[in-house]
Parts: sequence; structure tokens; C-alpha cells
Amino acid sequence: MEVREHNGTSFYSYLAEEKLMGSRCESCRALHVPPRPLCPACYGNEMSWEEMSGIGELIAFTTVHIGTNAMIAAGYDRNNPYCAGIVRLREGPAISGQIIGVDPSDPESIAVGTPLRATFLNRGDDSGNFLAFAPVD
Amino acid sequence: MSERRLGRGVAVVGAGMTKFGTFPGRATRDLFVDAFQEMRGSVDRGLDPADIEALYIGNYSSDLFEKQGHTAPIMADWVGLAPRPATRIEDACASSGVAFREGLIAVASGLYDIVLVGGIEKMSDLPTEQVTDTLATAGDAIYEIPAGFTFPGFYAAMATSYMARYGATPEAFMHVGIKNHDNGARNDKAQFGARISDIMASKRARAEAKGRPLPDWADEIDFLRDERANPTIAWPMRLFDCSPISDGAAALLLVAEDLVPSFSDRPLHIIGSGQASDVALHDRSDLTSIRAAKLAGDQAFAMAGLSPHDVDVAEVHDCFTIAEIIATEDLGFFPIGEGGKAVEDGRTALDGPQPVNTSGGLKSKGHPVGASGVGQVVEIWQQLRGEAGDRQVADARIGLTHNVGGTGQTCVVHIFERRL
Repeated sequence: MEVREHNGTSFYSYLAEEKLMGSRCESCRALHVPPRPLCPACYGNEMSWEEMSGIGELIAFTTVHIGTNAMIAAGYDRNNPYCAGIVRLREGPAISGQIIGVDPSDPESIAVGTPLRATFLNRGDDSGNFLAFAPVD
Repeated sequence: MSERRLGRGVAVVGAGMTKFGTFPGRATRDLFVDAFQEMRGSVDRGLDPADIEALYIGNYSSDLFEKQGHTAPIMADWVGLAPRPATRIEDACASSGVAFREGLIAVASGLYDIVLVGGIEKMSDLPTEQVTDTLATAGDAIYEIPAGFTFPGFYAAMATSYMARYGATPEAFMHVGIKNHDNGARNDKAQFGARISDIMASKRARAEAKGRPLPDWADEIDFLRDERANPTIAWPMRLFDCSPISDGAAALLLVAEDLVPSFSDRPLHIIGSGQASDVALHDRSDLTSIRAAKLAGDQAFAMAGLSPHDVDVAEVHDCFTIAEIIATEDLGFFPIGEGGKAVEDGRTALDGPQPVNTSGGLKSKGHPVGASGVGQVVEIWQQLRGEAGDRQVADARIGLTHNVGGTGQTCVVHIFERRL
């Protein structure tokens, strides 16, 4: 089996395969999403990859009207804001992602606590997939 | 937590800063010269610059803002202090708060007796969208920024978490902006010398001059709710919830306590210092509080032997209005979840029981990020020495500064005492 380092490059290579992956510490069984090579809980450095269900809950969000240059290049602006959020996964860890399938022009319609599912977003260039979440139907 | 003490006492005996604002054509070194000169003039018994032994300079990102790295030796050179050791400290928006702590530690250790601490930043050369990206480099470039987070966005996310937990509304945040603009209007160093009501009046006058319909805002909150007057940057943070893009510099002189009589009649004794770090925002169990701020505050209060209600005047890191509310809770001024109500009730106003950001804060005074931490100490210097003019807190004896880097991955807190 192919060995991938527990780092950001591998995280994004898994996203390109539509997999949200974390690192499970072989010593103390702590789960880390995003992945990391050294367990801050026990200093174990034997990690194994584990695929997340992608199911989680929105714990914080914003609708961004003045975005980063990368998001401006992806077509977002004051008249077309986007939603960014932090999602606590069913498995425990939380992670940042773009929130799609909501109405960023009506932020009061978006609620902390909304159940979400991971999705893999290509922003229309060759920069690969980004992590996003959409409301569970 | 074990209580830490300094190896020996250290005091601030000089303080100066530029006005914060936008200064086309002036580089950080030019601003730093001005701050240095004002600091020099503030030393009661005079300063021979040749006595300064080392410099600690806070600077977030001159590399990206003005394509200038390695800034500390340039600052030393421009104030005539080469070849003394000059060290740049970068901890995002807490850069100069941490530089101050490093200067403090250097003197407390006995290595030096007299050090210069500075903060510098020149942000306004870049267009806004590049400033947005430069500030975003203080977040996690691999895991946070690709989600679309900007700095207003991070604090906005904390605000939504805070609102969901405590039932707060955006109006609480607006009250922070109104208060800090009121205070900044009393500070001639502030970028915005205008109250929100002044800004409303000038917008009405402009509409009248152009023959346009007059805006009919009922009051300041009504104005701040108006999307045209106060556009959303990252909901629920609007323009008047965000600190501005600023240029500025500030400088302090720190000396060992036994040297104080040869410099100052009215020194600020540094009686508490604390600093902590934290993980990325999404890795925290609680987004309604900044753990590093609590830890830094606890360390500083323990060192000082004081409690939060002993503080007469505090400068806290209000890069965004929600940040001030969270800061006042993290520092123990108010119970958790009650910081919003406290500002709405006027408790942190200039004439309230717990004045916060008498300078106008980062919101109104301006936020040249690497200069802000030292700029906070300049305000405490003026307040504790009774030199704060129209915004003087009567008989202020204990002051506190709280300086946050990023979303709270760094926080540094200091407590100051006037003994005379």
C-alpha cells in the first residue's frame, strides 16, 4: 500500500480523491483532523490514516463579503458573498471549510447547529479540491 | 499554575508614538524616528540615547506590506543606535506586546539595564485586497485560509458562536464601536478623531450639499444597522466593527528599577506579565473565549498579586468589536457571556466602573498591527501619569494591556502600577 506522510500535501491529495482523512495515533488512539505527524497528546509518531464519515455540525460561520484574493478569483465579491465555517465532525475533531448549499446573502438564515455533510469543491482552476460542507438533506 | 516572578524590577520611564493613520510616502523607519523622538522627550530627567543597550522591535509583516525584511537593525540605525543588538519579534498583531515582554525579560534577567522597545507597521501602501491576504497569513495557510477565512471572517465566526451560546445580538458589538469612537475623538493620536454621531452628521451634510435625500437614521445604532452606511465585511462584522488599515510606530524605554531615579519622577512599574499560545481556531473546544488570553491574564494577575477589579484602566485588543467583549470576559472584568451587556450598560465607558480602551482602542485609534501592543502601553503611560487630557480616568493607579496575535494563537498581558 502506498505510504503517505501525515501532512497537508497528503490531506489535499486525499481530498482530490474525495476522501476526508485524519490521522489516528497508534499509541493513544487520539484522532487528529487535520492530519499531523506527531501526536501532541502522547508524542506518539506512529499514525494511521482513517477516513472520516464527513458528517458533522456547524459550530461557527461567517458570510464573507470582502474575501481573500483566491476567493475573489473564484468569482466571489460583495454582491456574491460566500460562507466559511467551522464544522465539528461526528468523530470529534473540528475543521474549517467553505459552507455551500446555504444562502450567504441571508446570513440570518444560516444557523449554528446545522447538520452538514462533507463535499469536495473544485473552484474552477487546477488547484485541486477544497473541503466544503453542505446541509444534510 | 506556578507563580512566576521577575528576576528584578523593571519600569517604563519613557513612551512615545506617532499618530496612527495613513501616511503616504513615509516608511516605517520615518515613523519610528518620530516615535523615538517623542519617547525621548517624555523621559522626565532626559535620556542620552548612547545609554540604550539593546532594541526589541515588534513588526508583523514589513516583508509583505513594504517589501522590507530584517527591519530591526534598520530601526537601530535610523535612531543612531547601531551597532547595538536589535531584534525583531513577529507574533502577528501581538508582535510588539511580545517585544515588550522580551525587553522586560532582558532587563529583569540582569543582562541589560536600559532597553528600547518599539513597534512598527506600514500597511497603507498595499491595496485593501492585498492587505486582506497579508493579514490572512497570520491564520493557518494550509487548513484555514483555503476555507475562505479572512481575519474579519475569523472573528465573525467567533461572534456567531458567541451569539448562539449567549443570545447576544449584533447591537452589542455596535456599542463597542460607538464607545471606542467616543474615546478616540478625545485622542489626538487616533486615526478616527470622530464619534459615530459626528460621522453621521458629516454624511448628512454631504447628502445635503449634493442635493440627495437626507438619511433618516434615528440614532447611532440605526446608522450602524444601515447596510449602505455600514456595509457587511464578514457577517456579523460590519465596517464599523473592524479596526482600520493603519500606519504607525510607538516606542518605550525600559530600565532596571534601581536606575529609575536618574530617569523618571513618575515611572510605570511593570508588576505583571503573562503570555500564552494556542492552536488553530477550529482545533479549540470553545470559540467564545480565547484560552491564551485567559492564561496570560492569570499569569499576569498572579505575578502582580492583583485581581481584575483592581485594574483602573485597560487597553484590550479590539481588532474587531467582538474581540473586546471576549477580552473583557477572558480577563475577568465580567462573567462569561456578560461582556456584551456590560458594554451596552456603559460599564466599560470612560466614566464607567471599568474603563476599557480609553485611547479609542484599535477600532478608533488605529491598528498598525506590529505597533499596536506598544501603542497600548503608551496609553497606559499617559493614564497613570495623569496626562490623558479629556479622556483621563480619575486617579488611575493600575493599568493593564492585553494584546492578541491572530485569532488568539498568541496573547500577552501586562499590568502596570503607579506608586507615587
